[in-house]
Amino acid sequence: MQPIDQASVQLVIDRLKDQELYIHLEMTTGAYASHNDDSKLTASTFIRNGIIRYTLGSIEGSGPFRVGLKINEGWVYSQGLTHWDESDSERLILAGHDNEGKLVVSLQLSKEPF
Amino acid sequence: MERQILVVLPHPDDECFGLSGTLAKRISEGTQVTYACLTLGEMARNMGNPVFANRVTLPQIRKLELMESCKSIGITDVRMMGYHDKTIEFEDHEAMSKRLGELITELNPSLVITFHPLYSVHPDHDATGAAVIRTLAKMPKEQRPTLHCMAFTKDCEQMLGLPDVKVDVTAFLKHKIGSIQAHRSQWQLPVDSNMVESDAMKERFGTERFWTYSFE
Repeated sequence: MQPIDQASVQLVIDRLKDQELYIHLEMTTGAYASHNDDSKLTASTFIRNGIIRYTLGSIEGSGPFRVGLKINEGWVYSQGLTHWDESDSERLILAGHDNEGKLVVSLQLSKEPF
Repeated sequence: MERQILVVLPHPDDECFGLSGTLAKRISEGTQVTYACLTLGEMARNMGNPVFANRVTLPQIRKLELMESCKSIGITDVRMMGYHDKTIEFEDHEAMSKRLGELITELNPSLVITFHPLYSVHPDHDATGAAVIRTLAKMPKEQRPTLHCMAFTKDCEQMLGLPDVKVDVTAFLKHKIGSIQAHRSQWQLPVDSNMVESDAMKERFGTERFWTYSFE
């Protein structure tokens, strides 16, 4: 994974528009958050291989970044994205890592299931 | 000598801190060990430090790490059961019991090791323990193997009492450290070969603890 190049990611978002895509969308505090610090809530959420189609999408901010995808009845939103896989030419693989390298958020789009 | 141990755990690396020394010891004594790992830990948020994995590459990386850990311990029979990280508690109970039951029929273990269903922190750990107990509970008492559980919530000793099974694994620290270090996407343990047998390492890693589960 490499630091996000905003312009390049925007090109991929534009390319994947207006078609059925598999989505992986995730945010996590890790499974041990409250075990390690009982003032914290252990919370995580993900949708894996849901299907979406968006008509408009962009990556905003100056790093960490936010992505919004306008879908028929609503939105897909992710904030805190820092890295992407620039070598993947078929899919969009975005992640947000904290300063220990741990994954916090993830947004992935593909024409095939993950 | 323990004849045959079936280990059932949800994630690659679940064996390394609490069980790897015991398994290495038993293997050295001639015990057959089978490790059924339910998932590939796909949803872990640790990607190595420095980062070398991503959400897409992580499962295959953790699969290789699991094999390396097992090599360090001496386990040659590993079954990857194909479930998905974080979803064990949502899977159909009957279907899972059937698969675990098939393993038990095939291997006829004298001992099964898993997590305690209430005191193991991660929902997958608890759910795995619960699934193993559901499967074993269906067996006639005379055929049922002994069940040892790992537990580590802050209140586990308060709730369960002290663990009744304590295994001295100080002679197998090298196997255990090798197992921990194999899971490098998840753990970074900087230990070199002359630190392995140190007092600090023996103190920290030299004893593994289990609770015998009672079906009464």
